[in-house]
Amino acid sequence: MSPKLVSDLAYLASAILFIVGLKFLSHPKRARNGNLLAALGMFLAVAASFVFIWGGGSPQNGMLIIVGIVIGGLAGTIGARRVAITEMPQMVALLNGCGGGAAALVSAVEFANFMAEKGNGQPVDPLGFGATLFGGVIGSLSFWGSLVAFGKLSGFMEKAITSGAQKALTALLFIALIANIVWIAMGAGTGAFYLLLGLSMVFSILMVVPIGGADMPVVISLLNSCTGLAVAATGFSLREPALIISGTLVGASGTLLTLMMCKAMNRSITNVLFAGVGGGAPAAAPGAAAVGGVQKSHREISADDLAMLLGNVGSVIVIPGYGMAVAQAQHVTRELADMLAARGVDVKYAVHPVAGRMPGHMNVLLAEANVPYEQLYDLDQINPEFERADVALVIGANDVVNPAARTDKSSPIYGMPILDADKAQHIIVVKRSLNPGFAGIDNELYYNPKTYMFFGDAKGAIGKLVEAVKAAA
Amino acid sequence: MNEGTLILYAIYVFMLAVFVGFEVISKVPVQLHTPLMSGTNAIHGIVMLGGMLVLARSEEPLLVWMGFAAVVLGAANLFGGFVVTDRMLEMFKSKKPSGRKG
Repeated sequence: MSPKLVSDLAYLASAILFIVGLKFLSHPKRARNGNLLAALGMFLAVAASFVFIWGGGSPQNGMLIIVGIVIGGLAGTIGARRVAITEMPQMVALLNGCGGGAAALVSAVEFANFMAEKGNGQPVDPLGFGATLFGGVIGSLSFWGSLVAFGKLSGFMEKAITSGAQKALTALLFIALIANIVWIAMGAGTGAFYLLLGLSMVFSILMVVPIGGADMPVVISLLNSCTGLAVAATGFSLREPALIISGTLVGASGTLLTLMMCKAMNRSITNVLFAGVGGGAPAAAPGAAAVGGVQKSHREISADDLAMLLGNVGSVIVIPGYGMAVAQAQHVTRELADMLAARGVDVKYAVHPVAGRMPGHMNVLLAEANVPYEQLYDLDQINPEFERADVALVIGANDVVNPAARTDKSSPIYGMPILDADKAQHIIVVKRSLNPGFAGIDNELYYNPKTYMFFGDAKGAIGKLVEAVKAAA
Repeated sequence: MNEGTLILYAIYVFMLAVFVGFEVISKVPVQLHTPLMSGTNAIHGIVMLGGMLVLARSEEPLLVWMGFAAVVLGAANLFGGFVVTDRMLEMFKSKKPSGRKG
């Protein structure tokens, strides 16, 4: 068998493994095996390209290829091993950016090759040429957009920034992008291609910077599917079916996943991308905002009083949020829940679809803390229960319990499904301060007469509460 | 096979992969959204192969360095992607036996 045939058969096997792997990844019980199957498929594909590239004798830059794989592979593996569970969303954004950047670079090299072929008088394959432009634009977009998303999730630039000038500039850049593509189609050279990559960069940054942090999961998912499409495009320009299949699978499933996430937030994708949510309503100074001329006030509660209160209730619904995640308070939260459950309190966890920074993020964290799966409830299951619950214990969650989403049409989060914590008999909010959350808006819940604020970082505060509950026993 | 047929085949592959991509994850529960995103993120790490192919063909220094950077970035995406996904899914693993007690 020729090396080409061997590698083609291996590519076929790897494509099958990717599809079966993705299928398994969407089942809770088989998900881990799904990931391993996909990894096996990838191993086959990489091995196949070694056979193909080295099949005709020693290739050019063979050492560089191996050194590149080792450097990138080590960096990726070490980064992925070390990153805290809470920072995984940023990590995915960063890795996605790497993929997008790689696709843009491959496209740039391919473009130069196309130019060289054209210079030699060879006919240029129009599909491959078009795909190269597409791969360059989308790859660059994905790279820079992911870096901005990474920055936002790491807290470097949380707030949404919008202005009329920025919108006009984005529109202008879009026109410039189209003009640049037409220019290249009419015969401009490699310089025009690098200009195209640069324009895509500025366009992407201008697109993502105005989007509020609360919407970053959707943005990352969208950029993930963009990278998939960019990779598929490089597959078209390199004539490599393995890249076409894998890239397209990711592009299609990523698009569907993006739409599912939007649905979980009751938003449309255009609304997420263009509404500039999170910066719409100027965030009022916390607590100082006067409603109808009346200063809003909140009530604080001490650990001991709170332990007393919790000692006399029948049911508690815990609402974990990002505050719990950053403080790594999932273990101590479970400890508290277990203590309450041991006294016959009915404990449930209400997990908002976008609690934390990404859909499913909170499930991962609670699973890490060994919270029993049966105690986790999603939005539709738990909302009817709040009316009967004695206590809603909000730990570091904010926007997902903000009643403004239900009532205030002018609020940027209006229409987002929320957990109806305000319907419980008592509401306890564990939070560092009254500061607004990721969406940058004030929360009426804190000033509800039924609400007690228990200030502190989630881990310290819940730890104190655990001690107090123990002492009260 | 002539050029036109090859291009058409590539388009067929693309079209079918779109349908498979939609179909295969259509029933994913919310708690798996993040791991699934991360898993698909790892799969597009296959772009590393594209980097390898162009690097093996390039001679001009600028193109060699761009190909090399593509391999490095692609490898980071590929390896990091699978490791992160596995770490996420590992969390789901042991909860039944040890979680019951509490």
